Formats: sequence, structure tokens, C-alpha cells
Amino acid sequence: MMKNCEYQQIDPRALSVSPSSAQNHTETKAQRPRRKWEVFPGKNRFFCDGRIILARQSGVLPLTLGLIVVTCGLFFAFDCPFLVEHLTVFIPVIGGVLFVFVVISLLRTSFTDPGILPRATPDEAADIEKQIDTSGSSTYRPPPRTKEILINQQVVKLKYCFTCKMFRPPRTSHCSLCDNCVERFDHHCPWVGNCVGKRNYRFFYSFIISLSFLTSFIFGCVITHITLRSQAGKSLVQAIQESPASVVELVICFFSVWSILGLSGFHTYLVASNLTTNEDIKGSWSSKRGAEESGNPYSYNNIITNCCATLCGPMPPSLIDRRGFLPPDEAIPAASASEIELPPFAAKNDAHMCTQSTKDVLERMVHSSEFPGLCPPGTPKTSPLGLEATSVSGPSTETSPSTGCSRQLAHGPVVTPCPPFSRSSKRDSLHSINPAFRLASPSPSLSRTNLFLSESADVGFIPLT
Amino acid sequence: MRQQAAIAAKVFIQRDYTNGTICQFQTKFPSELETRIDKQQFEETVRTLNNLYAEAEKLGSQSYIEGCLACLTAYTVFLCMETHYEKVLKKIAKYIQEQNDKIYAPRGLLLTDPIERGLRVIEVTIFEDRSLTR
Repeated sequence: MMKNCEYQQIDPRALSVSPSSAQNHTETKAQRPRRKWEVFPGKNRFFCDGRIILARQSGVLPLTLGLIVVTCGLFFAFDCPFLVEHLTVFIPVIGGVLFVFVVISLLRTSFTDPGILPRATPDEAADIEKQIDTSGSSTYRPPPRTKEILINQQVVKLKYCFTCKMFRPPRTSHCSLCDNCVERFDHHCPWVGNCVGKRNYRFFYSFIISLSFLTSFIFGCVITHITLRSQAGKSLVQAIQESPASVVELVICFFSVWSILGLSGFHTYLVASNLTTNEDIKGSWSSKRGAEESGNPYSYNNIITNCCATLCGPMPPSLIDRRGFLPPDEAIPAASASEIELPPFAAKNDAHMCTQSTKDVLERMVHSSEFPGLCPPGTPKTSPLGLEATSVSGPSTETSPSTGCSRQLAHGPVVTPCPPFSRSSKRDSLHSINPAFRLASPSPSLSRTNLFLSESADVGFIPLT
Repeated sequence: MRQQAAIAAKVFIQRDYTNGTICQFQTKFPSELETRIDKQQFEETVRTLNNLYAEAEKLGSQSYIEGCLACLTAYTVFLCMETHYEKVLKKIAKYIQEQNDKIYAPRGLLLTDPIERGLRVIEVTIFEDRSLTR
């Protein structure tokens, strides 16, 4: 904990000749060359020797796949024979094409690197620390780590990520579930079992659009099927008894259609205005909608250009180079060095590094007698972080944009590392921040403005328990 | 520093976000390199790199066609075809190699391809000046 004082200078010389590197050097000589995915610091799982990447918690991906396969299976087995006979053979053909498209999009979304940013090397981190420290004065705690830049003549604040040790590029957020910074972070989707970011947003979008078509198609076909059956002189109940599978499909599709169509509509709006779910929920640009039509500096102010840029733009490569081989002397000390720097926050811990460091600040202020001399004997007033800690008792509403993790401070006791969002029931409602999560409830996107804008002030990620 | 050649320092050229999220690097000449290389030369290198990255991320007809084709084939086409971006990245790698060989290595400097640093920085490694010339 002491080592994780925010303003501790990282000495690059100490890092490149750390004693562990000498040990690892001899160890790796005896081992086979390792690939970079094996030492990847984030919470991800890799398959096929690094070709496939998944979040550690696959969420409900098996459920999603299962629902789609089961519903389509029932459709092809029970409804199609009747419909082919009475209508046209194109029905299973269209159904088949849609099904294949949906499954491929889903798998691409789940297994693609969403745009994970590799963590800063120790040298880079030290360089950044140097730049930050020189700008603050030594008598009081330096200002929180943000950097303001101009993007298209608009001021945008870049936040420093304590886990990845770098200033996050614009539109990048740190996902606590995957413990990675993801570029153009949209949200972490449990249905897909992965973050949705720059590289897989188009797959995600085509997944929900094709799924909307598929569920509407199946819904329509099943209704047609039952109607046709009951028209032939039989009652509705009899028709249902003859084809019970149709009822199952009907129920599944009925609930899915509303939520998925809503989600598709919401994401179509996001694509057209070149926004991410994260930005839309935080209202990053809505406050600036005074003079101009849109304060979004990334928008091309043209719906078609926005759509093309987001969906048909060039496909950026994966930055984490999963299948590359580790250079024997360089990367391993980097991995172990980052572990050395933050020993209490090993992966076992649920809370991510970011919250830990802000929690440490609070702890130090609360137990300032126990850790003398660690931090300037500052009153909480001098530290914006401290301000938040002392003034916030319950779930916070607006927090200052000092750190992306400041909202964690809302949860009072700081020592326990549990994901804070499991505490209060009010926080549980935040699950619905993730539009994908609201598939269970009827009208997802329309209700997003009610609860969330007030609570999700400045989160760089959407945590889900 | 027990590296192969003694590293005196590392300079990091950060990203320039004034035009949005496209990959551009700052062309400001870092003071640590003043004694090692000509300012014009260095800025020329960075500017060429910026142009190459802009070409990779350009929203033109080629990228749209590629995108639409990929969408129609349910993105399976990427399994067999290299994307435009990847082709340009290869060009960039070659350019950096060439610059290192011709210009930077003789001056005791080494440019690291930004893709190896997650497109965050251009890392310039300054080696100790063993030769007392210059």
C-alpha cells in the first residue's frame, strides 16, 4: 500500500536492473519462448494459442448462444415444415441465412479484441510521472491526474489510468471487469461476454441488427403458423396443442423483440451521432448543446459520414499482439515489475487497481497517524479526492472529475475491496446502465435518461457484478 | 544499465489529439535530442509517419468497399484477406527500419515502431555516445 502512493516517482533505472529480471532471465533461457498472451496483465482468457480472446467472466454468452440456437432449432423443426407446405420454401432459407449471420456476428463480437490498449512500459510510466511531478508544487498534494487538450477546438479532459499507468486517449475507458483500457469504449456486454469497443463495435451492431431481424422474422412466422392452423376449422387452443414448440418460441421472441429492437434503435442513434454508450450515459457532450447542434468533437456532423466512419471505417489492428513472442530479457521484467509495484492488488482482488489507489489515499487520510510522513500532512481540503471522501456519505451524485474512480468513494468504508456496486440496492439499478443488460425489461433505451445521468457522473467504465 | 549497448535515456513522443482520435504524433522536437540530430530531419520523420497513419485510417472509397464487403460476408473475409490498415502498418515498419538504418543508428539513436507501444508513443532510445565525434 505504501508503494502505491500516487506521487511516487518511478525510477527507470531501478526497474531495468531489478533483481527479479536477472532471475527471470536465467529462468526463461531454460523455458520455451513464451507468447505475449501468456503474460497479459488484464483479466482475459485466451484460446487457440492466443487467437481467441474472451473476458474472464464470460457472462451469459452460453445463455445467449443457447437461446438463439434453441429458438431457431425449434423454429426449423416445428414451424418450417408447416410453413413450407403452406407458404413458400424461402422461409427456412431466410431463417437460415439470418441465423448464420447472427451466430457469426456474435462469435466475432465475443472473440475479438475490443481495442485493448497495452499497459505502459515502465520507462513510459516513469516519463509520464516525471512530467506530472514537475508541474506541481511540493508543498501540497499536486492536482489530480488529468490533462486538458483541445480536440477540434473543444476542451477535452484526459484522465490518468492508475492501472495502465498512462493518460487515457480520448474516448478510452478502463473496464473493471476486464481490467483493461479499451479504446472507444462502449460498454461491457455480459450477453456477449466481452467489452464492446473500437474494434468490435461493428460486429456488435451487426449482431443486434441481425438478431432484431431474426427475432421479428421468427415471431412473425410463428404467428402466421398458428393463425393458419387455427383457420383451418380448428380453434386456437387446438392449434397450439398441435404445435407446442411454437408457444415457447413465441414467448422467447416476444420478450426479445421489444428489448432487442429498442437496443438496435438506441445503437443506431449512437452510430448516427458518433457517440458511445459511455458518453451518452455520462452526458459528456449534452451540456454543450447550447450554441451548436452537437458538442461532440468527434462527430462529422453528417449522419451518413458518422455511420460510415463507425461501421465501415478501416479496421484497426489489435494492439496487444497476443501471439507475438516475448523478448527474453525485456517483457518479463515488465510484467513482474508491474506486479512488484502493486503487490496488494494482485488479480485475486476484486477491486481494480484504480480504486485501490484512491482508496489508499482515503485510508491514509483516515489513518494518518498510522502512516506518518507518507503524504504531506495535508488537510482533506487540499486534496480534491479528500474532499469527496469526507463530503460523500451515501451514493454520490456528482463527483468532481478528478479521477475516473472517484465514484467509488461513495461507498463509505474503503478498506474492503469488494466491488462497490454490490452494496446498495440503489446501485443494483445501475446494472441497467448497460443497455444490453436491460434485455429483461421491456423498454431499455427510453428509460436510460431517468436514473443514470445523475448517478453515473464520471465513471470510466461500467462495472457489473 | 546492463543492456547490450548502454542506454543513456529514452524520449517519448506522445500522441497529438488535436484532430480527434486519429493516430498522429506531436512534431515538437524534444530537447534531449538537440545534440544528436537535426531538428528538420526528426520533424520530417514524424511528419511522414503521421501521413502514413492518416493514410491507414483514411475514410475513403477503398475502406468503405472493404467494410461493406466484410459486412456482407459476415466478416469472414478478414480471415483470409489482409486489411488496408495492416498493409499500411507494414509500410510503416519498413519506413522506420529504413530510417533507423540510414539516419538514426549512425547517431546512436533508435526509433521503436509505435505499434509495439500500442500506438501511444514513439519511443526514441538514446544510446551513450561512445564515439566522441559530433
